[in-house]
Amino acid sequence: MEKSLSWREFIITRLIQTSGYSAILFVALIFFFLLREGLPTLGQVDAASLLNIRWYPIENYFGILPLITGSLIVTLGAALIAVPFGIGTAVYISEIAPRWMREILKPLVELLGGLPSVVLGFLGILVLAPFLRVFLDLPTGLTALAGSLLLGGIAVPTVVSVAEDALDSVPRAYREGAWALGATRWQTIWRVTLPAAKSGVLTAVMLGVGRAIGETMAVMMVTGNAPVLALQPGSLFSPVRTMTATIAAEMGEVANGSTHYHVLFFIGMVLFIISLVVNIIASSVVFRSKKRAERILS
Amino acid sequence: MVDKITIENLSLQYSDGTESLRGVTMGIRQNAVTVLFGPAGGGKSTLLRCLNRLNDLTEIKSSTGRILIDGENILDPKTDVIALRRKVGMVFARPVPLPMSIRANITYALELAGEKRRSKLDEAVERSLKLAAIWEEVKDRLNDPAVALSGGQQQRICLARVIALQPQIILLDEPTSGLDPISTGKVEAALLELKKEYTVILVPHSIQQAARTADHAAFFLTGELIEYAEGRQMFTTPKQKKTEDYIMGRFG
Amino acid sequence: MMTKFLSRNRHTVQRLGFSAITVMALFTVLPIIGTITFILVKGGSAISLDFLSGFPHDGMRAGGILPAIVGTLYLTLGTAFFSVPLGIAAAIYLAEYAKENRWTRLIRLAIINLAGIPSVVYGLFGLGLFVLFLQFGTSILAASLTLSIMTLPVIISTSEEALRAVPQAFRTVSISLGATRWQTISRIILKEALPGILTGVILGLERAAGETAPILFTGAAFFLPQLPQSPFDATMALPYHLFVISTQVPEMPIQIQYGTALVLLVFVLTMNVIATVIRSRARAKRQW
Repeated sequence: MEKSLSWREFIITRLIQTSGYSAILFVALIFFFLLREGLPTLGQVDAASLLNIRWYPIENYFGILPLITGSLIVTLGAALIAVPFGIGTAVYISEIAPRWMREILKPLVELLGGLPSVVLGFLGILVLAPFLRVFLDLPTGLTALAGSLLLGGIAVPTVVSVAEDALDSVPRAYREGAWALGATRWQTIWRVTLPAAKSGVLTAVMLGVGRAIGETMAVMMVTGNAPVLALQPGSLFSPVRTMTATIAAEMGEVANGSTHYHVLFFIGMVLFIISLVVNIIASSVVFRSKKRAERILS
Repeated sequence: MVDKITIENLSLQYSDGTESLRGVTMGIRQNAVTVLFGPAGGGKSTLLRCLNRLNDLTEIKSSTGRILIDGENILDPKTDVIALRRKVGMVFARPVPLPMSIRANITYALELAGEKRRSKLDEAVERSLKLAAIWEEVKDRLNDPAVALSGGQQQRICLARVIALQPQIILLDEPTSGLDPISTGKVEAALLELKKEYTVILVPHSIQQAARTADHAAFFLTGELIEYAEGRQMFTTPKQKKTEDYIMGRFG
Repeated sequence: MMTKFLSRNRHTVQRLGFSAITVMALFTVLPIIGTITFILVKGGSAISLDFLSGFPHDGMRAGGILPAIVGTLYLTLGTAFFSVPLGIAAAIYLAEYAKENRWTRLIRLAIINLAGIPSVVYGLFGLGLFVLFLQFGTSILAASLTLSIMTLPVIISTSEEALRAVPQAFRTVSISLGATRWQTISRIILKEALPGILTGVILGLERAAGETAPILFTGAAFFLPQLPQSPFDATMALPYHLFVISTQVPEMPIQIQYGTALVLLVFVLTMNVIATVIRSRARAKRQW
């Protein structure tokens, strides 16, 4: 009996360990398949035309610059919204709000994180875009701005929850020390709490931006789907096309193995690498600050 | 009288640099209460945790020496630690009832050991709760969650839980540190009862408790065994200066 | 005089600052409430038994959305089938077995990265591996597998947190009573961490249920005249259906669009509410 018990224990332990390592396997698999399907692009399209400003796959124009600038401008706009509102809300929840308010706000923000992006895109088409068209007197409301507004909303929950965690983990003694020196709560927030939580808040911003770059459906539905170079601030008010939206919109219609197919995977590869870089930097920031906190507290 | 346990030149260092043992050699008698005492960080708990290999859960930098129980070296990597822990029970400083009923707390280890017969389990519950002097207080509510009991009652449940396995050795690591004097008295009375059947090793939470309960006493200071003697002699006429200073309350 | 002025000034600044922050928080939260109420109100009138139990016809412009509802249900269950056991096992590894070394850090980094990969990239990966390489075709199976990998990080990190919250003393005591590590986990730790794990699982599946991009090329169908018969069939799904009827079908009756959005929203919100309730109840009941 003891023998069979230890065998069972051994097998279960191995299974659990394998599951633990599976995360590494999946990241590797994802990268491998993106490379496998994306790298042939470089043999079929030369680098110069890949970095061209014309995306018109039917006539074999595969310039991805318009898509990159489209993603950048929409993400930048989203960040301008999500960062102040996200951090503001996090400060409100963790430093200002009374307890009952906190109990209401936290699940609500979490709820926003769970709203399907198609639903937001759907409302974007029906409500936001017409409003923008009339309000700003544009030819169409389906613009980079509409995308930024929606994306801002989608990125906010990420920013709020990470930033709030960071603020929460600032030791209470820091605040009490500041109050004891006569600082108001407001001064304490600005000069003590936020600076102490700096790295966590930075992580929040990065993860929020990462979330925004990767968002697909809502952006595809409201940005007007025009792959044109978006370099001036005015581009914010005209239709654009992001990298994610391009993949989503076109992958369904390409022939497997065609140049177009490989280029779409190539774009996916670029997105993957961007998210990898963002997350590695963000997590190393968290890691470092945690170590510092441990040093301070021990 | 024979030694139940023989500790030979035992040294141990934790990876994080806290508490350690240095060259401890001693024999521990059967059917007696052996008390390990001394200031915090002296190695008492570490020694206890070696006796049931609970230190396996902690990161250890180095460990040498032997511990023989009934002549077998339990530090041998081939030792069946599960069987060892059934033979060497342990009660901790803070009572930790498992999150289940009083009855399930007592039967937990027995069921893990493969005992399924209801009659045997019931028998064990009654016997061990009686030995731990808590039967009268809980016999009508065996299915209540154990956390609902008071701290003193919880600690006696934890003692009963260990007794249920019918171990040969019982280790107690400051078992009364969080208890009121009355509960402490009950636990100490239970110990006197227990030593008739078992080998009891106690880390007391005060020198008074050490003096009250010890058949044999060992004084530990910074990982070394300073003095080991019969209880009465230790607390009246210690041989070492350091022991005397500690007992008189000059440090620690 | 001067200090009095200063201190009054400081408090005015504080009052203004607090108001500004409060307004910001309101601006963040009100649109959420607004969005939900708006869809509930606008979509309410579209909901009928026929709508919920009928097939679409006239090129989606009439009829119901049953196949989309059933499809989303299948996809969610399929995702749960793969991601729940794997995710919980991985969490157990990290919380109970893993030592803090380079490999463990690599696992954590991998999980963080999985969480950050854009959903459409998951779609590409699913297409490359499951649909084409393993030849599952555009199917519920391929879509569920894709969604489950996407869901893993949420399930792993919330479950790990729940496991770590269980007091260490339970483990020590159980081991000291002669339990093996796995007996300790299966008989005590998992039971205590269950509410937290469940919350994480539901939140993860909630995301999977609402996702469109990962299923676009792995399992979603524009229109099917019948319900899927096997895991190798493609399926309609609520989020994809909403996308289709709000962008791809000209002259689509607005009522049906709102109705579909409402059903999707209710599906997702119900899961969210269940998760929140489980969590708060467990917190209130907890004895340690």
